Amino acid sequence: MVGHISPKSTYYAVFAALMVGTAITVAVAFVNLGSFNFPVAIGIAITKATLVVLFFMHAKYSSKVIKLFVGTAFFFLAILLGMTMTDVLSRGLKTYPGGAGGSGYGERAPRVPGAAPAASREGQH
Amino acid sequence: MGDAVAVHGGHGDAHAHHHPDLQHHFDTLEQQHEAATLGMWLFLITEVLFFGGLFLAYMLYRVWYPVAWAEASRELDIVLGAFNTAVLIGSSLTMALAVRAAQTGKQRATVVWILLTMTLGFVFLIVKYFEYKEKFEHHHVPGPNFVFEGPEAGPAQIYFSLYFLMTGLHATHMIIGFFIMAVIAWMAHKKRFTPEWYTPVEITGLYWHFVDIVWIFLFPLLYLVDRAGHFA
Repeated sequence: MVGHISPKSTYYAVFAALMVGTAITVAVAFVNLGSFNFPVAIGIAITKATLVVLFFMHAKYSSKVIKLFVGTAFFFLAILLGMTMTDVLSRGLKTYPGGAGGSGYGERAPRVPGAAPAASREGQH
Repeated sequence: MGDAVAVHGGHGDAHAHHHPDLQHHFDTLEQQHEAATLGMWLFLITEVLFFGGLFLAYMLYRVWYPVAWAEASRELDIVLGAFNTAVLIGSSLTMALAVRAAQTGKQRATVVWILLTMTLGFVFLIVKYFEYKEKFEHHHVPGPNFVFEGPEAGPAQIYFSLYFLMTGLHATHMIIGFFIMAVIAWMAHKKRFTPEWYTPVEITGLYWHFVDIVWIFLFPLLYLVDRAGHFA
């Protein structure tokens, strides 16, 4: 025997959890949570992906070096997304007293409801 | 050389002492299985970053054009999207059961589970075909004939470019998966696998589950941007 054999019940339980997760993510998408709709949807997707990786892909029962490789994939993805987004999302911030907003998010998204147009926001300072 | 043959019994005789599926550069079947699995995960790391580049492009444009993202996303059919998500998760279950059948030496069951996985994957692509067809009919395909009502037409075209790129690349992976699964099903039909050696089934399973994970993210990112009407 080579490799860990999971009982069928484990696979059926993971499948059921994934279906419930899909139902929840569809239902919650129609609830207006404001800025929180996106993190909630991503959170559910990450939970579902984690279940697939751990049980369907047997990562839970794999050796340490394979677990390290699995972690590496998502570590590099986090660097790619995280470092780029911290740059882009912070470009409109005023980083020192009296400093001007940079170009980027602040000016490019003027049509968000409730947000003042970029021009008038500049005028307040 | 003659002495070596005399001492060790020669190459042909050596085969009698180990599993026929054990390659000579591995000590044990466990080590061989571990190496193959590790190699597949290494490939999947490159796949994560392959799709990761598209996810990054998606994130940047979504931050810049939230209203266009909200409006364009609502053009997608959420019922078909949710149905396809369920179908693909189901195909991951049948693939996991195909690997389990191979592990326990039930090769007939492996064939059946893999054929079922291919069938579910095919259902997914049929639904995707009708979704694409609808996009062509509504002129939502980026290019000179692109039509989108309102001031968000420009960035909406970027949304649909990423929609076709990401779902198209995902569908391409599925089609490649069909060819791999056809070979695996044939090998199982020919009773090539044993509980000691079923590595190709395991590796194919890793690939198919990865394709499932990509869709688990694509579904909320493309179909569920702003169904609650917060941005537009």
